[in-house]
Amino acid sequence: MSDALEILDQVGKWKASGKGVALATVIVTWGSSPRPVGSQLAVDDSGAMMGSVSGGCIEGAVVKEALASIADGKPRLLDFGVTDEQAWDVGLACGGKVQVFVEKVN
Amino acid sequence: MKSETLAALQTARAQRQAVTLATRLNDAAETLIYPDKADGEFADDAALVAAARRAMAIGRSETVELGGQKFFLNVYVPPARLLIVGAVHIAQSLAPMAAMLDFDVTVVDPRGAWATGQRFPGVKVVQEWADEAFDEMGLDVSTAVVTLTHDPKLDDPALEAALKTDVFYIGALGSRRTHAKRKDRLAEAGITDEQFARVHGPIGLNIGAKSPAEIAVSILGQIVEVRARRLEALSAPKVAAA
Repeated sequence: MSDALEILDQVGKWKASGKGVALATVIVTWGSSPRPVGSQLAVDDSGAMMGSVSGGCIEGAVVKEALASIADGKPRLLDFGVTDEQAWDVGLACGGKVQVFVEKVN
Repeated sequence: MKSETLAALQTARAQRQAVTLATRLNDAAETLIYPDKADGEFADDAALVAAARRAMAIGRSETVELGGQKFFLNVYVPPARLLIVGAVHIAQSLAPMAAMLDFDVTVVDPRGAWATGQRFPGVKVVQEWADEAFDEMGLDVSTAVVTLTHDPKLDDPALEAALKTDVFYIGALGSRRTHAKRKDRLAEAGITDEQFARVHGPIGLNIGAKSPAEIAVSILGQIVEVRARRLEALSAPKVAAA
């Protein structure tokens, strides 16, 4: 339900209320992946989130990096997939691979 | 993302304007590229602007590498619109289902008893003749039009008006016989067979739909399919003629 623009609205609301916010975006996918390129997840500094970058498999790890990005202001490129050593930990059960860009909203 | 960028994206949406946000991946530097202008650090980079406009034309976000630098092109196109002509029972199912699929939904019906907010909570309802309402809204390629009234005096002008535009989907409720009669009437109004072929009728995918909600599913299934096929065709590599 939450399309890209609703997610941006939420980002705007969080910013307006003085929260630190980061935005994670799926920028490349290989093979079968649950969410298409351009899918976004917004995260505030308390870890609240809106949107998705997978079917729920990697959100936990992405939120962790989003919080780090809010803290240090630096963007991050994250790779997830079955060839990743994290596969058993936070990999994608569907066997796909995704690259996620995480940036702070200033 | 800069807060000005966020504001620009929100403004573009409010104006139903397509825009691509190009973000350089190593430092998150941003450039906004519109169909007719560009704004930001790489606004004068012809290759980047061209790539962004291509992505916008097919409505697909992607990562590109230009001059050794990686950019993510995030395409924001206005949400597809669904204009439902006829504030009837099927429309009461179709409108909320379409909203769930991120369509921007408007129900149009000049009949006051039907076109009430009470029958359509949370949906835009316009109590006007469809052709007049369409004129004001400006139909475009991201718009779908569905006629549900069963009444030629309400459906026909809507179909005529929609056929003059490049909306991506037109569908009309009614049996094969009704549809054949409709074709004859519109032919008298100057609509050619080729133009009329754009109208999906009987409307919807053939899934044996009976109830209003099932018919709504069949209509939405068809709209989603037509839109996906169109985008596939647009993004397919062009094959040179032999």
